[in-house]
Amino acid sequence: MSWLKNWTWPTRLRDKGIIGMNRRNIRYIGRYNSRRLYPLVDDKLKTKLLAQRYGITTPELIGTVTTQFGVKHISEMLSGHSGFVIKPAKGSGGKGILVIEKVQEGIFIKPSGASLSIEDIERHVSNILSGLYSLGGSPDVAVIETLINFDESLMAYTYEGVPDIRVIVFKGYPVMAMMRLSTAASDGKANLHQGAVGVGLNIATGAALRGVQFDRPCFSHPDTGHDLASLVVPQWDTLLHLAAGCYEMTGLGYLGTDMVLDRKHGPMLLELNARPGLAIQMTNGEGLRRRLDLIERQPDGVPVAKRVAFAQHHFARQSELVETPDTSSATA
Amino acid sequence: MSRLPFYLIVGLLLLVGIAASVHRHVQFEIPWLPGEQRQVWEIEAVINFNAQDGPVQVDLALPSHQAGYRVLTENTASSGYGLAYKADELGRQAEWTIRNAAGSQQLYYSVQMLVSPDARSPVQTPPELSSVPPWESPYDTAANQLIERAWSRSANNATFARELILDINGERQGENARLLLTQEQPSPLIVRLLNQAGVQAREVSGLLMEDGRRRQTLSSWIQVFDESAETWTLFNPTTGEQGKPDNLLLWETGGRAVLEVQGGTNSRVTFSMLTHYQPASAAVRNHYSDDTLLNFSIHSLPLEEQALFQTILLIPIGALVVVFLRVLVGVKTSGTFMPVLIALAFIQTTLLTGLIGFLLIVAMGLIIRNYLSYLNLLLVARVSAVIITVIAIISIFTVIAYRMGLNAGLTVTFFPMIILAWTIERMSILWEEEGPKQVLIQGGGSLLTAVLAFLAMNNPWVRHITFNFLGVQFILMALILLLGNYTGYRLLELRRFKPITDEEKSS
Repeated sequence: MSWLKNWTWPTRLRDKGIIGMNRRNIRYIGRYNSRRLYPLVDDKLKTKLLAQRYGITTPELIGTVTTQFGVKHISEMLSGHSGFVIKPAKGSGGKGILVIEKVQEGIFIKPSGASLSIEDIERHVSNILSGLYSLGGSPDVAVIETLINFDESLMAYTYEGVPDIRVIVFKGYPVMAMMRLSTAASDGKANLHQGAVGVGLNIATGAALRGVQFDRPCFSHPDTGHDLASLVVPQWDTLLHLAAGCYEMTGLGYLGTDMVLDRKHGPMLLELNARPGLAIQMTNGEGLRRRLDLIERQPDGVPVAKRVAFAQHHFARQSELVETPDTSSATA
Repeated sequence: MSRLPFYLIVGLLLLVGIAASVHRHVQFEIPWLPGEQRQVWEIEAVINFNAQDGPVQVDLALPSHQAGYRVLTENTASSGYGLAYKADELGRQAEWTIRNAAGSQQLYYSVQMLVSPDARSPVQTPPELSSVPPWESPYDTAANQLIERAWSRSANNATFARELILDINGERQGENARLLLTQEQPSPLIVRLLNQAGVQAREVSGLLMEDGRRRQTLSSWIQVFDESAETWTLFNPTTGEQGKPDNLLLWETGGRAVLEVQGGTNSRVTFSMLTHYQPASAAVRNHYSDDTLLNFSIHSLPLEEQALFQTILLIPIGALVVVFLRVLVGVKTSGTFMPVLIALAFIQTTLLTGLIGFLLIVAMGLIIRNYLSYLNLLLVARVSAVIITVIAIISIFTVIAYRMGLNAGLTVTFFPMIILAWTIERMSILWEEEGPKQVLIQGGGSLLTAVLAFLAMNNPWVRHITFNFLGVQFILMALILLLGNYTGYRLLELRRFKPITDEEKSS
């Protein structure tokens, strides 16, 4: 029965408190995320403007391109910026996000080292405008923002590109967090299904719990070889407060917040997701079910600071990465 | 948040669906399985008469639904005659009329009768006892004696009728009977005597069915109303035998003449018949039925629309397959219902040709789309270009297939071209963004879903059920609603989340 060894039983998953797609869709997204609030998070430009109103830091906006006519003027907009990110306002799953690390003599260089011409940039923006990367293929707006100067302390854990931190916020409580480290396989993008490494984070401290790549455990970064056990996210409390505050900002009960750490500005909100994925359970080695059940029993109207403290108290965990080496080799 | 209304709706849909299907099955005898053979009789009636150079009116009694037989279709052939079907409580009639006719005339009526052992005759209330003309002397005494004799030896209406028939036609035929038979034919005489005794009875005409017989005539039978069972019982007027022979088709039961001709002489009607077996579904399609709301059925539509509906009614099956694979299994497809449309195309092309054609078109399309991406076009223009490319590929394949004598290749034109173009576009973007592996996963998922949907939709039993039982659509709706409420794990999640459960074992 060798083919069965890659499969598990539903009862074992239930014991672990794992939430499946269907349950997430019906029980959490369907119940806590009102459809009319979706545009706030599906449109990154709207999210950005809303965040500015609520005093939540976001990467600086260079500009937007809304018409095909505007595409021709993009080089003027970009001049003077050495690194920038172009993304569709209504993109999903990291589609259509173009990261340019530096510009040298009119040549745009991606984090992977691949170089693009201004025509390539223009075509990309044009594609964004015509809705190629958008949900439902509707016409879109290209948002251009500054490249984040990410914190040196995390540099060693990532390969090209910005590591981002995903915090699941349920009814305003941060319930689970992970860091996504881009790899060579993910082309500088922090998307787990594209090959980024996911690191589960202890809600109490921001320290790494365990690492996962392609849904399978890993203990060091595949490209830099750096051990994941020593990873601790700096300014963790600020970050959690920022994430928890997104509940008041959007009104969405089940929310994925994507944060980054900037060298100068500290934690920043990159984008919000009304349909956060389930891979965070893999990176934490734990199901969301028990935490969500606990939060559901809490009263409404608790202030942000109290919610964060509650979560840090109840969801604290021991790292699996610093355990005895024989368990590590057994699971590897 | 109560889920009660949801389950009520689902329960109601299931109930309505099952009830409607069972009603179709019981009421119209549509079998649950396709391919069941049903015996059908084709009966042709030929009316011959000599017209007398003037207006002519011909009335012919027509058979109705009855125990053992159902009317499927009927046709007439009568050049120059006006035709009307009439129906009243005594039965159905065809009325031919013409302003001027001379010489020998022939009118044709043919009917298809489905042999169905479960068919019941419509409920009939007994008619008012017809007033009996009084006998003249000395016949009245003879009649009274006959009635008294039979009455004393019988217990109820049925046995009374049997005794009377035996007294008049059987070996016990006495003087009284012989005297009365000088006045009337045996059958009318029996009916008249029965009525005189206060028993509702009537003379009916029936056709004894035998395969391949020609120039048959109707025979006379006697029906007696059994008050206790509230049914008509049939008697053979010559032997007194009770009950209807299996091969007897009652042609006229209202007590009227079978054929009435005004303006003609020497009129007679003869019957020829022939039996054959045909698939039950075809027999059902020919069902002659009244248009009531309950008997709401697409079979009342013209044949062309029926063929269209046969396909449309299969789409929910394909949708169910998609919902099942996505919700319970977790298969990734490119475009939610694209596989259903591909599966519909497979029905036209057959599976193997369809698969080869689909793969060839998508592969060629991807290569050309790859070049188009260098041209830096706007999205709508590029997809339009891909549509034209797809049409070109399909045309080329069709011509090549035709030249090579591969007729199967001609069916690739059934593919939905715009859907194919979008598929190619999506696959191409997927390839650029996430690599060929994702293309294989999603493309393979779509193709797998399409093949499974095709197998479900092309199944003869599924086709039979969806086409003949509209109630099944309610059941499908209920199933899809139930699946939409499923919060459990998907099959593929059991594999995806496997590593989490591993550690519990090792620690």
